[in-house]
Amino acid sequence: MASITLNALAHTYTENPTSPEDYAIREMTHVWEQGGAFALLGPSGCGKSTLLNIISGLLEPSKGEVLFDGKRVNELKPEERNIAQVFQFPVVYDTMTVYDNLAFPLRNIGVPEYKVKSKVHEVAEILELSDQLKRKAKGLSADQKQKVSMGRGLVRDNVSAILFDEPLTVIDPQLKWKLRRKLKQIHEQFNITMVYVTHDQLEASTFADKIAVMYNGQIVQFGTPRELFENPAHTFVGYFIGSPGMNFFEAKLQTELNNGANGQIVFGEHVIATNDAMLNRLKAMGASKVTLGIRPEFVHVWDGKNDDAFPVEVDYVEDLGTYKILSFLFHGQVMKARLSEDQQIPSGQVYVSFPEQWTKVYVDDYLVDLSVSAIDKETDHAN
Amino acid sequence: MQTKVENNKAWFLVMPVFLIVAFSAIIPLMTVVNYSVQDIFDPYTRYFVGTEWFKQVILDSRLHDALLRQFIYSFTILIIEVPLGICVALMMPTKGRGASLALILVAIPLLIPWNVVGTIWQIFGRADIGLFGAFMSYIGVEYNYASNPIDAWLTVVLMDVWHWTPLVALLCYSGLRAIPEVYYQAARIDQASRWAVFRYIQLPKLTNVLIIGVLLRFMDSFMIYTEPFVLTGGGPGSSTTFLSQSLVQQAIGQFDLGPAAAFSLVYFLIILLVCWVFYTTIMNMQKDK
Repeated sequence: MASITLNALAHTYTENPTSPEDYAIREMTHVWEQGGAFALLGPSGCGKSTLLNIISGLLEPSKGEVLFDGKRVNELKPEERNIAQVFQFPVVYDTMTVYDNLAFPLRNIGVPEYKVKSKVHEVAEILELSDQLKRKAKGLSADQKQKVSMGRGLVRDNVSAILFDEPLTVIDPQLKWKLRRKLKQIHEQFNITMVYVTHDQLEASTFADKIAVMYNGQIVQFGTPRELFENPAHTFVGYFIGSPGMNFFEAKLQTELNNGANGQIVFGEHVIATNDAMLNRLKAMGASKVTLGIRPEFVHVWDGKNDDAFPVEVDYVEDLGTYKILSFLFHGQVMKARLSEDQQIPSGQVYVSFPEQWTKVYVDDYLVDLSVSAIDKETDHAN
Repeated sequence: MQTKVENNKAWFLVMPVFLIVAFSAIIPLMTVVNYSVQDIFDPYTRYFVGTEWFKQVILDSRLHDALLRQFIYSFTILIIEVPLGICVALMMPTKGRGASLALILVAIPLLIPWNVVGTIWQIFGRADIGLFGAFMSYIGVEYNYASNPIDAWLTVVLMDVWHWTPLVALLCYSGLRAIPEVYYQAARIDQASRWAVFRYIQLPKLTNVLIIGVLLRFMDSFMIYTEPFVLTGGGPGSSTTFLSQSLVQQAIGQFDLGPAAAFSLVYFLIILLVCWVFYTTIMNMQKDK
């Protein structure tokens, strides 16, 4: 068991990288604390698997260091890092029985046979493979094979970490749920650092305590599922997390005002509610264009005309059984609001408002964060 | 509603296949069967002799010797060529220019016609002008494939190994390339030794190509004719006379068509039987317990 630190790590598959786009992993520093259950979430091709293979040692990073408990392991081969990794497609040793498959990693490091036996039975019990132990692995179904693959990752009890590379892709939906629960239980039982790569936000948030969202070779946010939902640090996080994703629209910052006010954010002819701290901050940054984001869950739809609300045009309503998605046109831009099943929506015009607390401001895709901790961080950097 | 017309016209669709198989296999085979049960003096004078030729062939001690030699020979070359072919395949580079170069070099022996292979080794093994023969006499080993049966055997086996190991190697090479990278990665994570990777990943994945390789090499070596004929002419004595050569001697040398036909059929059945037994055994071994 170990904490895993990635120090100024970068990786490229091209020989002479010239631009940041040539990097599969752009320079990053990141720490996975010991004993945590983490998810690495991102779209296909964002560098998730590359990052995982660098941690396990199957790939050598172009730049930077990988540290296990503070010790540099770059030079260690995967077999020397004492790590377990489960791959997207099940890997089983066809000619061996399920028992021998599970025993394989233990026998390779010379564990005495009586210990192998008890450990294999323990893992088989957890994964519900006990009645399959005598079968040849070749004849198993895909999900049983994947369970065997996972089992091989779990039998060694001193591993630094267990890495999962989209392990449930080949599994049927109802079994998926069960296996995910199983992994969570195993984590609670053994307290091993686990990193779980997936492109499915539901999978990530049910498994992990903290999720790292990856985009274009970078980790754009690392936080609890709730933080990712309520306070996306990057427009991509807003867009990728949530169903449907965050609404975004480009607004202008006006500072030279006749009425003597500090300034305002406008979208078309509409003024969007904001506060002085934010305005001062934006002015200090020298931003003129900002992106505003609000989650469909937080868009307030009023029953009737309201002075604080903007009149918008209803585009269509999707009824998803447990909730409704309202699509509306706000100054020519399509936006969505998530409503409860019993809320009535008139056709034609409705009135919506964006609560200030939930209206996030982004400059160059990154959140302008006014929370105390974020400002502390900034000053730390400046010093 | 129209009533369904039933007839057997679909059989015409099978006709082409039937004709091709008839002309390529059944009719020639039947000719041999025809010869094997008759004593033929000339096209108009022939007698039905029943199973007499078969009895004669089966009881012929010269043929027993040739059969035994044949089995020893096939067994020997299989036991050398299969492991050697696997080793060569494992050592061949997988990427870049080296890979193409290795493929070409390995494939060269396969491109050489049988009788040329025989000629090459005949010259290669001569003590006066051949590299191998001269080298052997230089290091003081008495080596003469024309007069010493052991040397003759050694040369015939060596020649076959040189000629046909590449086939096994190429088959294995293609089999190895078909193993997904993730198996090797998983093995590294599981801290498997090099031997364990071979034993539990590579060898199981090679089973299918090896079955083909072994069957091809068995059938070919069991029917070997040209190379020993050119190299040793079946000698010295009859030490390298294999079944094909006995058959040719009988059929063309002595013009004993009846016994030769019976011999051909027995020969054919032996090959069929061995292949069947081998294939069934392997397939049963692979089955899930």
